[in-house]
Amino acid sequence: MAQTDLLDELAQWIPPERLLRQPAQLVPYESDALTAFRSRPAAVLLAATQEEVVQAVRFCHRAAIPFVARGSGTSLSGGSLPVQDGLVIALNRLNRILHLDPAQRIAVVEPGVINLAVSRAAAPYGLYYAPDPSSQQICTIGGNVAFNSGGAHCLKYGMTANHVLGLKVVLPDGEVVELGGASLEGVGPDWTGFFVGSEGLFGIALEITLRLLPKPALYRTVLAAYDSLEAAGDAVASIVAAGLLPGAMEIMDALAIEAAEAAVQAGYPRDAAALLIVELEGEPRQVEAEFAQLLQVVDRSHPRTLSVAKDDADRARIWKGRKSAFSAVGRLSPDYLVQDGVVPRSKLGAALAAIEQMSRRHALRVANVFHAGDGNLHPLILYDGRVDGELERAETLAGEILQLCIELGGSITGEHGVGVEKRQYMAALFAETDLAVMAELRRALDPGELANRGKMFPDGEAPALRAQGPHPLERLGLLSRE
Amino acid sequence: MSAPTAVAPSSTQELQEAVCACPQLAVRGGGSKPGLGPEQPAPVTLDLRRLSGLLEYDPGEFTFTARAGTPLKTVAATLAEHGQYLPFDPPWVDQGATLGGTVAAGLSGSGRYRYGGVRDFLLGVRFVDGQGRLVQGGGRVVKNAAGFDLPKLLVGSLGRLGVLAEVTFKVFPQPEQYTTLRLPQPSLDAALATLATLARSSFDLEALEWVEEEGRPVLYLRQGGLAAPLAERQAALRAWLGGGEPLAAADEARFWQDARELAWVPAGSLCAKVPLRLEQVAALDALLSTCGAPRRYCAGAAWAWVAWPAAAAELHRALSQLQLGGLLLKGQAPSPLLGLRSAPTLAARIKRVLDPFNRFPPL
Repeated sequence: MAQTDLLDELAQWIPPERLLRQPAQLVPYESDALTAFRSRPAAVLLAATQEEVVQAVRFCHRAAIPFVARGSGTSLSGGSLPVQDGLVIALNRLNRILHLDPAQRIAVVEPGVINLAVSRAAAPYGLYYAPDPSSQQICTIGGNVAFNSGGAHCLKYGMTANHVLGLKVVLPDGEVVELGGASLEGVGPDWTGFFVGSEGLFGIALEITLRLLPKPALYRTVLAAYDSLEAAGDAVASIVAAGLLPGAMEIMDALAIEAAEAAVQAGYPRDAAALLIVELEGEPRQVEAEFAQLLQVVDRSHPRTLSVAKDDADRARIWKGRKSAFSAVGRLSPDYLVQDGVVPRSKLGAALAAIEQMSRRHALRVANVFHAGDGNLHPLILYDGRVDGELERAETLAGEILQLCIELGGSITGEHGVGVEKRQYMAALFAETDLAVMAELRRALDPGELANRGKMFPDGEAPALRAQGPHPLERLGLLSRE
Repeated sequence: MSAPTAVAPSSTQELQEAVCACPQLAVRGGGSKPGLGPEQPAPVTLDLRRLSGLLEYDPGEFTFTARAGTPLKTVAATLAEHGQYLPFDPPWVDQGATLGGTVAAGLSGSGRYRYGGVRDFLLGVRFVDGQGRLVQGGGRVVKNAAGFDLPKLLVGSLGRLGVLAEVTFKVFPQPEQYTTLRLPQPSLDAALATLATLARSSFDLEALEWVEEEGRPVLYLRQGGLAAPLAERQAALRAWLGGGEPLAAADEARFWQDARELAWVPAGSLCAKVPLRLEQVAALDALLSTCGAPRRYCAGAAWAWVAWPAAAAELHRALSQLQLGGLLLKGQAPSPLLGLRSAPTLAARIKRVLDPFNRFPPL
């Protein structure tokens, strides 16, 4: 039976306005924020209830149809790229915050809830949800869970996995299981932690129990400008060596500063070669004491200028510049690739120098915006897809950067996930046995390899790589990248 | 059947060979958590104490890699030389607990209140599965999203899915100084109300322990950080709470040292960990009070340490009735997992992949 006939079965219980099958309806779902890849699904199900998601997964399992769960489609690794002629299960309508318990400091949410909506709902209780990917105004918790998303504030409190306590999950064969719970602690294997970051290969999270944190009473946000990236990197090393534990430490290079300034007027010094943002947070007396130490350390690193956020509005402006840096840099070029590699923190300087050489060798501009405290690099490779061979050169350069991260003892992804984009590098990062065991674990839950097929593992079927320009939603300003 | 024997590999390769050579085996480290072993001794015990030592530690990176059999005490001493520590505060350091045993048991201590538990600080693992394969998961850098999170799968796996060979952790700078407030509560309800209010406050507590003293709950609130502002911070907390007596410095250190060693658990008593939500505390406490079981609630009552005066089977039954799960750490039971089980069908499927020949005890 053809895929279309099989999908007729779905149409028997899903109203047509929520089962998209016309080519014009499918176009917006052909790719996510990694626009270089595109693939047309047979249908998109706009799921309205958890039960519909469960039934859809069971249907796919019976009919052996590959399926891809999708939230807002902001994945930068092609994590929600559809499988050709498969089913996309769109989860945005499952956007209820089911339960918020301030005494237990948890929120139980559906996967389509927007990241920032959790902090908004928790704010009246003096609580917030810590992971803050730059796309937090649009990306969903379901996607954050699938890809173990990070953000600028991972240094102190970790990534998404560190903030998910429990899950209700539909496994790829339709079994519904409950993992973990509302307590900070559990006994037995950490199934919740094992599911987070599984890139959709272990099924779909239906309910997610998130850990909330008390809002810090005080922030101190410092902005230091330097004459070189190296000097900014050295400052980070000395802040860490001083025993300080800031909530965030971010660096932007000249190209990123220029772009961010042009886009959002964050008040950054335009003539600096590098900008360092350091943010302290916590109890006022402790923060003020740390702040005095921080100023001494930063002062010794010879910044060209040094300023401190005066108030909340000033702080918000500094972060707006940082969080919009990627899309801002994108304006300087018709196309760009965002990379996401990790190096040991002591190797940051070496990594940046090597990237600069690669940029020159391939004659492509590279902007650097990164989570310096975590050693998490985000080189942005600018290219023009209309010029023959530029996309391929950009891809080669991106690959060289990942290879460099591996050689320096780091990782090929800090927070964007492997997805479609980096799966060929998994074999360089992991041994054959490691990948074999991971594949066996996957098949134990999904013998037909239906759930998000083609992601994470190196031997998946590859869709064609094509230059596409920005995503339609990005052109409308509805989607941004980090 | 021949008498149980012990094998003590001193390298990863010897570990792999030992696993392949034994159709049935159980793992032990420092022996601080005998309850994790099988009820009937396995024909072969894999003793990991020779698989010990730090392999990589660059203080500037705030990460280290060590062999799984390394005692926590060794690690803590090395980290302390550089002003660093394990923020998840694992228990039984003085009783010889090892890194591997701590991960396999999934244990954190009172200090997990501030930054997170063992799951949050473990970055990477190398382990030998039931087919003798050496498998690596995670990595050595603080941020990593590549591949399935095998380190988290091994947290709490109780030596039933694989034998840990190496572990990589991130660490933090240790607070320069600590101070603790002792806050007696008139009743259980009052203690629960105080915990709920504290949960929403912006005081950064290192630990929040609930101790039963003469039939009344007493809360111990630990603050840590730079020495200079600490007295003022404590005064602010005390004013906000409307009471509390500061512990003298020597008592302060001893209190948390004893908490870490679970020194209050009577010798020879069973000891279990029982994870909790706040609304489950009252029912468990009623049961434990009736049975005369000494207990402590840790990290804002995220779990209870229970010293159980009777047989493990009775604790298993009682926890099942309360819809709670538990982990037996000292004592013997058919399985260390007591009461309610999490995701049993998923566990069985994963177990078949990593231990298809059932070399390790059942999960």
